[in-house]
Amino acid sequence: MLYEKFGYRIMGDRSVLVELGDEISPEVNRRVREFSVSLMKNPIEGLIDIVPAYRSFLIIYDPLKLDLVIIKNRMEDLQKKIGGIEIPEPKTLEIPVVYGGEYGPDIEWIAQYHNIRVEEVIQLHTGTTYQVYMIGFMPGFPYMGELPEGLATPRRETPRTVIPQGSVAIAQRQTGIYPVESPGGWQILGRTPLKLFNPLRSPPTLLEMGDVVQFFSIGEEEFKRWQ
Amino acid sequence: MAVVEAIEVLAPGPLTTIQDWGRFGYGQYGVPPSGALDTFSLRAANLLVGNPENEACLEITMFGIRIKALRDVAIAVTGGDLRPFCNDKPFGMWTSSILKEGDILSFRGVKCGCRSYLALGGGFSLPEVLGSRSTNLSSGFGGLGGRALKRGDILSAHSPRLHLKTEGRSLPQVLIPSYSSKWHLRVILGPQDDQFTEEGRTTFLNSPYQVSSQSDRTGIRLAGPSVERRPEVQESIISEGVNPGAIQVPGDGQPIIILVEIVTGGYRKIATVISADLPLLGQIKPGDTVSFEEISLHDAYDALRHFEERILTFKEAISVHP
Repeated sequence: MLYEKFGYRIMGDRSVLVELGDEISPEVNRRVREFSVSLMKNPIEGLIDIVPAYRSFLIIYDPLKLDLVIIKNRMEDLQKKIGGIEIPEPKTLEIPVVYGGEYGPDIEWIAQYHNIRVEEVIQLHTGTTYQVYMIGFMPGFPYMGELPEGLATPRRETPRTVIPQGSVAIAQRQTGIYPVESPGGWQILGRTPLKLFNPLRSPPTLLEMGDVVQFFSIGEEEFKRWQ
Repeated sequence: MAVVEAIEVLAPGPLTTIQDWGRFGYGQYGVPPSGALDTFSLRAANLLVGNPENEACLEITMFGIRIKALRDVAIAVTGGDLRPFCNDKPFGMWTSSILKEGDILSFRGVKCGCRSYLALGGGFSLPEVLGSRSTNLSSGFGGLGGRALKRGDILSAHSPRLHLKTEGRSLPQVLIPSYSSKWHLRVILGPQDDQFTEEGRTTFLNSPYQVSSQSDRTGIRLAGPSVERRPEVQESIISEGVNPGAIQVPGDGQPIIILVEIVTGGYRKIATVISADLPLLGQIKPGDTVSFEEISLHDAYDALRHFEERILTFKEAISVHP
């Protein structure tokens, strides 16, 4: 549910969480994007960073230059203008994935868990369009939803210490992509040859909050050609 | 400005990285601030050798690093006392000193604190990535090739000769922090203190916690009495942005103080360390004990203003007597 009034929660003396709703939903997340993008486009003196997430965004500020009263006033101003604020249209991207085998070591387990065939897992994963709810956990990692009900899978009981770069994974009703090799607990379906994070590029991430994503299946040969 | 080779790394120790004040403005891309954990020591080290206070320094963890000067350079070592030696003589901290060409600086181990900061007069000549020279180890960018220093690395500086005249500049004794192994951190409750029980909050504010060896630049893991959350709330929350100093409590009730290598998290935070105490987090080491005191937002701002005024006094003093 979208809140009628913002919820504010202070995180110490230099950041405040602004909560816009109480759930993971496209509607709440769209509102988070609207507010955080318009705040970034018209920054206040003393603003250090903004971290948008599923249902909230964190405003990090220099407390010697900015205070909560000014931040709240700015938020109220923005709320009056909402709908009239122009923000860039999200991108739509198609992402190639080689599913299963060494690239997707959990796909058999996922198929068994749902009592379906591996091909059906791939069909379910590629047959849905996803919204990028937030980038977090590490640079360029997109949290995307919603996964079809029939593919909702718990995290691995024991997280892996090494997940290869580009791994496409799922957990509950979310799907994500590991931008660099890292530890992690999500179930791995496959791997994309695309580079999710490049600090020398602007913007540094392939995907941004609000983008729409659809996966398509490629073979191993094609995966190697992409690289 | 002339860029010249200044320092060679003979041994890197367990973890030495390039860090400046941090990388800000990229939270929407999941990019954490990184940067020096103890920003007070970073700023002091830079001011001592005549650098801008946010210049990149070496952040040296615990022990083991050895470096050789490739020409005469001014350096300052601040932060935790890791027993620095120049050749075979103890090397003074919190002061600008000259390393002569060929001198070898080594760190023999922890006397107090956890991390030393080494500023080089003229700064390290390295490119900024996303607005900062700080090293992000997990994604491998910033600093020197996105990695920790290793044997044989050569670090260059901008016109280090111009900084030799800072020799002898010292931080006034009253400004030098003293580090013990028992830490008292001031916090502001929130953002989710209301989702813990009254007893949970009392436990958190009245118990000493021991620092686990699992701690790193992402977080200080604590072990002690379990902080109880309200029975009706789930173990985790919907992921949200986090800021260094926030203290999250996962399902096992053991608090973790969030540091600088993460920008989102899915656990509720009972309290957040105040800005004036954040630099101390860089000096807390495994085995130390930590306790928390709740203060008001008003008192936190007073503490921060007081903290900044002390730095400003030093800056003014060195601009009068450069």
